[in-house]
Amino acid sequence: MPETAMDSVARATPPRVARRIRGLSDRMIAWIFVAPTIFLLLAINIFPLIWTIRLSFTNFRANRPNAETAWVGLRNYERILSDPDIWQTMQATAHFLFWTLFFQVLIGFALAWLINAKFRGSNFWTTIIVLPMMLSPAVVGNFWTFLYQPQIGLFNYVVAFFSGADPTGFTMIGEVALAPWAIVIVDTWMWTPFVMLICLAGLRSIPESIYEAAECDRASKWRQFWTITVPMVLPFLMLAVLFRGIENFKMFDLVVQLTGGGPGSTTELTSINLKREAFEKWRTGYASAYAVILFVTVFGLASIYVKALNKVKER
Amino acid sequence: MKKTHLLAASLIAAASGLAAEDAYAANLTLCWAAWDPANALVELSKDFEAQSGHKMNFEFVPWPNFADRMLNELNSGGKLCDLMIGDSQWIGLGAEAGHYVKMNDFFEANAISMDDFIPATVTGYAEWPKGTPNYWALPAYADVVGWTYRKDWFARPELQAEYKEKYGRDLDVPATLAELKDIAEFFQGREIDGKTVYGAAIYTERGSEGITMGVTNALYNYGFLYENPEKPYDMEGFVNSSGAVEGLEFYKALYDCCTPPGSSDWYMSETIDAFKSGQAALQMNFAFIWPGVNADPNVGGDRSGYFPNPAGPAGQFAQLGGQGISVVSYSSNQDAALEYIKWFAQPEVQQRWWDMGGAPALKSVVEAPGFADSQPYAQAFLDSMAIVKDFWAEPTYAELLLAMQNRVHRYVIAGEGTAQEALDALVGDWTEVFEDDGKL
Repeated sequence: MPETAMDSVARATPPRVARRIRGLSDRMIAWIFVAPTIFLLLAINIFPLIWTIRLSFTNFRANRPNAETAWVGLRNYERILSDPDIWQTMQATAHFLFWTLFFQVLIGFALAWLINAKFRGSNFWTTIIVLPMMLSPAVVGNFWTFLYQPQIGLFNYVVAFFSGADPTGFTMIGEVALAPWAIVIVDTWMWTPFVMLICLAGLRSIPESIYEAAECDRASKWRQFWTITVPMVLPFLMLAVLFRGIENFKMFDLVVQLTGGGPGSTTELTSINLKREAFEKWRTGYASAYAVILFVTVFGLASIYVKALNKVKER
Repeated sequence: MKKTHLLAASLIAAASGLAAEDAYAANLTLCWAAWDPANALVELSKDFEAQSGHKMNFEFVPWPNFADRMLNELNSGGKLCDLMIGDSQWIGLGAEAGHYVKMNDFFEANAISMDDFIPATVTGYAEWPKGTPNYWALPAYADVVGWTYRKDWFARPELQAEYKEKYGRDLDVPATLAELKDIAEFFQGREIDGKTVYGAAIYTERGSEGITMGVTNALYNYGFLYENPEKPYDMEGFVNSSGAVEGLEFYKALYDCCTPPGSSDWYMSETIDAFKSGQAALQMNFAFIWPGVNADPNVGGDRSGYFPNPAGPAGQFAQLGGQGISVVSYSSNQDAALEYIKWFAQPEVQQRWWDMGGAPALKSVVEAPGFADSQPYAQAFLDSMAIVKDFWAEPTYAELLLAMQNRVHRYVIAGEGTAQEALDALVGDWTEVFEDDGKL
């Protein structure tokens, strides 16, 4: 009988080690292998989560560790859920999430469709299109603040060129009506290529034979698109929406660089607000309750979404 | 034999001398904001290095991140900084949380008297609790919000004539905030030398402390008080008095009518840029920028002038800036750090500090004959330092500041609600902070 890989590994095991593990069951050996990972997971994920939940019921402040910490029950949760400013940041986040996902999916899919057509120079244009997502969000935020400057910014001049408006007559990041759109535009500019790449992977995974069969059945291009392309790319699109949704729910650096949450609190997303509570105001207990609420929200929404995604994949 | 003994004795003496020198020489790190005065301090500190044998290192952080970065450092008990030139409002936290070393004994032992410093700077930068002789810092950099104006534009006969005809008075340094707004309005959108210019570059920044440091210059002068002078932490009717509401309305009106487009998030550096690039006739900023403006090739020399924050209906006040220098309690080089403070407090060092672009708070320097004429901005600096008021310096300063940033920015820049609603909400926020802190 030829020697298997397992046999050669067993033979290579030093006799001292072999003697030691001889008495261990397979299950025990498996536990030994996964124990370090489980320990790390508990230490850096589960323990902080439990600790955060505990802190959320107190008035603990991390900048005054020597001060007495009192148990405040559900007070932090009550204050957060009844605070209109928090609801305003939730609304700002929802607006940002919805419109960035909408535009990124729409434009990303359209770009992927075009690139998939394999025209001359398509590889070159793919490289150009994906450049924005390779930049640091802080850098992108900074240079878009210059682009949005009413006196010297290119953006205002382009808008003025096409609309005839006075370029100094509007301030994208300084006006309540425009600032939420200013951050949507920048995030869309930066992350549409990511959605495009995922869609492109989806489009290229569709076997050519399916289209050929559809052609034989004399299906129109429009019908092919809705009955073949869209259903087969949908799981990829949903995955892109999941990734971008989670990322944009946590959006911080880009918006801080662009608007600092202003004007007023118009673009103060939940992550910016949470950071202010936790590390500027140092209301650690309150911020912990805030983080728990956000965690439950994201976890709940993501679970529902993943179930839907699995159903789509099963079809 | 004698020679051998002598050689051995010399070697031992040299070795022990070196050892003593090694033990004495410390590597000190001074933490401050990254701005022009910090560069001057680096130069000034070379004398200290030469005299003491200690090596000075510097950790400078740009203003928008300064509080975040350094308060995190202090709150985490970090050992990065031996000396901290912290903002005036940190003194309460520094003292109560044990971040700073108390200086009273050190001052007494080294004959450093707080009576020798400008009283406002002692109260603002060194004392906690305020008004008590408990010192946690040595006044290091005296600063205050003031105004810079384009003297050359003001001097143009055609503009003077037009202004006089329109407003019935000379185009000159404004005596009141209302006059300042008139001047800003007059220049807004005007063509000067083929360029469109604007009235006033003012503080509007949202993220750190910008708009608060700006709006208080209007609020104080219209009657805003932080609390009832008779009853601490009693804010209703003081923070949101009718005068305070008027002051806030004034600041919004000034922002709406007379600032450069796109100035919705401006602080020190943006207002400097606007003024130096010839965009603005007036600039609100801390006095630290004045040496730089004076030396600027475009707007320096006779082309710019300086004046203190003008009066309002309730008096003339200006927002205090500046900092004291403290020894960080987590430092393992406290003796060397105190040595630096002793050196820095000397009158001749304070005089050199002024000569190099610093702003000393030592009376013997700023009250010396000839000081007011020593620089074009020296008189404005003295006048401004005489009218200062400061923000809360409570341990909960950061929460109090963020609440004000939020309420004021939402009204002034975003145009949400009324001034009365903004200040009423601020009273609510501040009350909650003091309740949480056990002060109410």
